[in-house]
Amino acid sequence: MIRSITQQKPIEEIEQLLEGTGRVFIIGCGTCVTLTQTGGMAQVEAMKNLLSEKGKVVTGMTVVPVACDNLTADILKEFQGPLKQADAILIMTCAFGVQTIARQLQRFVVPALNTMCIGKETGAGEFNEVCKQCGTCIIGETGGICPVTACHKGLVNGPCGGTNEGKCEIDSNKDCAWTMIYNRLKDLDRIDAMRKYQKPRNHLGEPSPGKFRIPA
Amino acid sequence: MPSAFKKALNSGKFVVTCEVAPAKGTNLENMKHHVELLKDKVDAMNVTDHQSSVMRYPSLGGALTVKELGGEPILQMTCRDRNRLALQADLLFASSRGINNVLCLTGDSVMLGDHKEAKPVFDLESSQLLKTIRRLESGKDLAGNDLDGGVKFCAGAIVTPEAKPIEPQLIKFEKKIEAGAEFIQTQAVYDLENFKKFMEYASQFPVKILAGIILLTSAAMARFMNKNVAGVFVPQNLIDEMASAPKGGALNKGIEIAGRMIRQIKEEKICDGVHIMAIGKEEKVVDIMQAAGL
Repeated sequence: MIRSITQQKPIEEIEQLLEGTGRVFIIGCGTCVTLTQTGGMAQVEAMKNLLSEKGKVVTGMTVVPVACDNLTADILKEFQGPLKQADAILIMTCAFGVQTIARQLQRFVVPALNTMCIGKETGAGEFNEVCKQCGTCIIGETGGICPVTACHKGLVNGPCGGTNEGKCEIDSNKDCAWTMIYNRLKDLDRIDAMRKYQKPRNHLGEPSPGKFRIPA
Repeated sequence: MPSAFKKALNSGKFVVTCEVAPAKGTNLENMKHHVELLKDKVDAMNVTDHQSSVMRYPSLGGALTVKELGGEPILQMTCRDRNRLALQADLLFASSRGINNVLCLTGDSVMLGDHKEAKPVFDLESSQLLKTIRRLESGKDLAGNDLDGGVKFCAGAIVTPEAKPIEPQLIKFEKKIEAGAEFIQTQAVYDLENFKKFMEYASQFPVKILAGIILLTSAAMARFMNKNVAGVFVPQNLIDEMASAPKGGALNKGIEIAGRMIRQIKEEKICDGVHIMAIGKEEKVVDIMQAAGL
């Protein structure tokens, strides 16, 4: 299952975003941010303690099952009182959850997390970005590995000169996409796919902001 | 008319190129000094494009300066900072001002430089930039529109002969040649036996190859490159040789080693020439060439 991968903002930034507010309600989510340990119950409780230490009044907190779901508004009805008392709602979910709750409640919301990427858990506690949603998928020619996402520079014609022992020039913990693609194509006996010149990418796949309607 | 550099490449002579680096700012005196010193000694000089992703005076402006001073510039162009509109426009400008040699590079990550939060572009990459040059030469731009006034370039690219693993790098190398690279300047090579093996493979392609020579300035620099620079391998015997230099004599030892390597490459006809990178010590290129007997 794909996941929204998040990281907590520096506490200084959260404090700055909450400046001028005294009472705060905290919302976490039981899905992606629980998996990444950035907005599950343990992190929501830790945030409550931290904000209390810093002099905020936490009027309440909850972890909704799926923050980006339309049902979130109904679930939050149970907390109408403490939500009403709060000056700000601090949301420890990904940006999808924050935007959903902001739209549903029409209240002042503060995101506590940065949304990093759409990724997949590829090992215990490890997540990797899987898709940039570019709208012009080319992985049919790259052994099912996406160079637009997995290559730091999004290169489509092979590795750059910064590749080193199968790792990326920006971070030796990140795999070089083109080493992975080469190895995969070799296993599949399809190396010729890598020899094919790829034209400059079409960036018109889905002009931002993306929008889709099922054709009538 | 082919550029002077292109003529040199086709003349069969041992070709020598070097690098000059534009300033961080508008004071071009240092670069001009290097151009004056080297313009009659080398066949062409690369003008670097925000090398290591550090913002500087542009390579296009630097190449113009080389031209104005009577040198033969090779315009380095990376795909890091400009999309296909800007790259094509800069190629038109270069051509209109008599800058006719281009080295096509993908470019280092923005994150490695001094403006780490900048938006990386990479709309094109090196092989696509080479194809773009050939397309402009056909009288059309990348969108298929006609150009009023044409361009003609001698275009090149790079390769890293010591890359690990090497196979994906070689596929890219072949793509660059198919895309139109006429010359290749290699990443630094120090182990000439390894390089000879690379040349056994590379010499089958219709491209001129200039071996990259980076001036060693200390044993520590050699160790640093081995650890931190992708695709650079300085063998232990050269590190030991650098370490054996008397106090204050490391630079001269580096010049001696570079000169010796160039001499061997020329005498054994290992490849078509050399590209000397004396990073920050450009005035030493003269001494290196002297040590090489050039």
